Amino acid sequence: MQNGICGIVGYGSYIPRFRIKIEEIAKVWGKDGSRIAKGLGVVEKSVPDMDEDTITIAVEAAKNALKVAEIDPSEINAIYTGSESHPYTVKPTASTVAEALGAVPCVTCADLEFACKAGTAGIQMCMGLVASDEIKYGMSIGADCAQGKPGDALEYTASAGGAAYIIGKNGCVAKIEGTFSFTTDTPDFWRRDGAEFPCHAARFTGEPAYFKHVIGGAQGLMDKLGTTINDYDYFVFHQPNAKFPLRTAISLQIPTEKLKEGLVVRHIGNSYSGSSLLGLARILDIANPGERILVTSYGSGAGSDAFSLITTDLLPEKRKNAPNVDDYIRLKEYVSYALYAKHRSKIRGI
Amino acid sequence: MAHLESVPMFWRRMKSLYSLIGVECLNCGKKYFPPRLICPECGGKEMKDYRFKGTGKVVSYSIIDVPPKGLKYQTPYGLAIVELDEGVRVTGQLVGCNLGEIKAGMRVETTFRKIIAVNKNGVIQYGYKFRPEGYPRINNGEKK
Amino acid sequence: MRNVAVIGVGMTKFGELWDYSLRQIFTMAAIEALEDAGCSNRDIEAFYVGNMSAGLFIGQEHLGALLADNAGLKNIPAMRVEGACASGGLALREAYLTIKAGEYDLVMVGGIEKMSDSPCTEDVTTTLGAAADQEWETFVGLTFPGAYALIAKAHMERYGTTKEQLAMVAVKNHKNGKNNPKAQFRREITIEQVLASGIVADPLSLLDCSPISDGGAAVILASEDMAKKFSDTPVWILGSGQASDTLALHDREDLTSLKATRLAAEKAYTAANMGPKDVNFAEVHDCFTIAEIVATEDLGFFHPGGGGKAVEEGLTEVDGKIPINPSGGLKAKGHPVGATGVAQVVSVVEQLRGEAHKRQVNRAETALTHNVGGSGATAVVHIFSR
Repeated sequence: MQNGICGIVGYGSYIPRFRIKIEEIAKVWGKDGSRIAKGLGVVEKSVPDMDEDTITIAVEAAKNALKVAEIDPSEINAIYTGSESHPYTVKPTASTVAEALGAVPCVTCADLEFACKAGTAGIQMCMGLVASDEIKYGMSIGADCAQGKPGDALEYTASAGGAAYIIGKNGCVAKIEGTFSFTTDTPDFWRRDGAEFPCHAARFTGEPAYFKHVIGGAQGLMDKLGTTINDYDYFVFHQPNAKFPLRTAISLQIPTEKLKEGLVVRHIGNSYSGSSLLGLARILDIANPGERILVTSYGSGAGSDAFSLITTDLLPEKRKNAPNVDDYIRLKEYVSYALYAKHRSKIRGI
Repeated sequence: MAHLESVPMFWRRMKSLYSLIGVECLNCGKKYFPPRLICPECGGKEMKDYRFKGTGKVVSYSIIDVPPKGLKYQTPYGLAIVELDEGVRVTGQLVGCNLGEIKAGMRVETTFRKIIAVNKNGVIQYGYKFRPEGYPRINNGEKK
Repeated sequence: MRNVAVIGVGMTKFGELWDYSLRQIFTMAAIEALEDAGCSNRDIEAFYVGNMSAGLFIGQEHLGALLADNAGLKNIPAMRVEGACASGGLALREAYLTIKAGEYDLVMVGGIEKMSDSPCTEDVTTTLGAAADQEWETFVGLTFPGAYALIAKAHMERYGTTKEQLAMVAVKNHKNGKNNPKAQFRREITIEQVLASGIVADPLSLLDCSPISDGGAAVILASEDMAKKFSDTPVWILGSGQASDTLALHDREDLTSLKATRLAAEKAYTAANMGPKDVNFAEVHDCFTIAEIVATEDLGFFHPGGGGKAVEEGLTEVDGKIPINPSGGLKAKGHPVGATGVAQVVSVVEQLRGEAHKRQVNRAETALTHNVGGSGATAVVHIFSR
């Protein structure tokens, strides 16, 4: 693929307004909440409303992306939704999103799943279709209402949110200079068919899984493009917590300042497929034209998609058309663990 | 309550539920939501689709504490008659703010939510609800 | 056109009638009405029954034939009339019109609902929701109490009507119900109890709402000739009016008034050559306390916005200027929805005959019944005299 042939024409984010503090969850399980929060680098996580799910989050994010892109929804000819919490096992999230946007019927749709990186896989698919002139615009969305088993370590961070990206050739707010993926069969985290909650291999999710693939993806892309750390103004890594991306930055010798603006996990937790894409959205919300961003997703199982982006002069004006990540982070309403259990349909018998 | 699980009943209304599609009478220009086949005002039978913007104001509201089937999980919920800026009124739930913040006259906009899913194995029915206009840039009591 | 009279009335006790099925409940009311009229089951020429939703409540449709059969009205034309909670009033009007037109001389009108067989309150709420616009109101979460809550909020906003005034309607109707042996609730309540009874749909509390009830009512209508043959105390129907409005509450310009009530009342008053001032007392459709306040305004007893003040000043008490719901109304007597419109006639006839005992209105020569379907999409008004 030629460098910079396509880019991001519009992007949009969405985060539900409810929050639960890590300490509130820890209290239920008799744990030291402040120690856990400090260890994870996360103080609270987002919680969806009773009537929100991955589809509604995807639609909200997609509508914001359309506003930024300033294009007619009928011009979007491909919609991919990446999630590990699609409301249906069979029946696409993407077709509901397409219908709600008014992008039907001349559009290809599919749901993707690759743990937390299905949204970035969708971006790569859109890039291929756009670059080959098969479609004018394609949209990929990463969204989740993440599941975490009550009492499990994941419960402290599994949150809800999503981001949508419209890929095209013209009117880009950021050009995509290149992409690179790094994938192996590494079973660090999974959810079997029909299982309610995911399982994970505890500390195995670290070195052989997250770090190997994120670093492999980021370094591989820089090698491919001939760039170095110094060429980038911002880095975004998948953020299951704040600790993992920070350790990645240290091992790649990235100054922390280049990472911290995109660390939305501190305030909203890990929105799985939404995670790295919301981090990227936060950077696009604040970046100046001509700045370079390296974003690397991670999906358990395991793989990373890395992208090199450079922002354009259109970014500052176009991003004003929709709410930004900080707007969503600021609007919050705390819930107790009991209400959280109701919001997440964890109360049996109703 | 089989009608609550009827797929065609939901599918037939999908465009209106998802995107607030109503009609405009080609004869007198009056707008309707949901779509009608004949204009009660002028008797005109030629109607064309009209997409409502989805913004408007609360005319009257209630907080529902005793729900019908399928809405127990969402109870209590806010419900309002909203007058859209085009002058047409619709009923919808109010979300995105605390129930105590709902007031007659407040400005609202549509949002996309789950309306009902009666049966765990049935189709999830989505549609419009209302939230404060300008969401999420709204004053939620705490400043900024 | 011929004059039409009510010559016999019957109704069961209203409430949770666990021991009886829909058909049994109706038949008991029918037998009472036949006995009261002094005629036999074989004298009846046609049968109309008001019922809202036996199909959803108990899975039974085709009530005309079913109930005619059970009441021993063999092989006569029988049909169910449906207009949600106004079904009973509509059945009465249909029977009235056929006699007036000369088709029949003796017709039975029934009203019946069996609500307590529903598995739970949510089912009842869903079924009653069918009276509103299923696709655009009920689907999005509007309940029947919710619709009247929207009316109440608008009325409070516009006229300053208070929750206390709403509560006073319930207090008054419970006071009246105490003296009605057939009422579901025969105990007095206080304003404080109403206000503290738990919100159903803000601002309406549980005791602002009529209850879930079983019950049946039946009346026998007769042409003038037939009335004179069977009865020494016929009660004449002087006027009948009916109107409809948009099913969806949100499509109505004014939420503080029911246009269908105003139009139906206008027609009934004109037919009776009377005005609101000529009516001695009324049984109005108080499915919720706000509904009685709005009804007393729409029927012309008080000016728009004056209904709350009127109940506060005691004008609607049994000994007030215009007694409203001396039977206890839907609120205390009970509201088996399809039966209500017919039960109102039973109450009015007892009063006009001077047989209402402790709840007897002093001067009872003329009366009005007012029956509403849904949030006001159907309204039917009848005016009676001795």
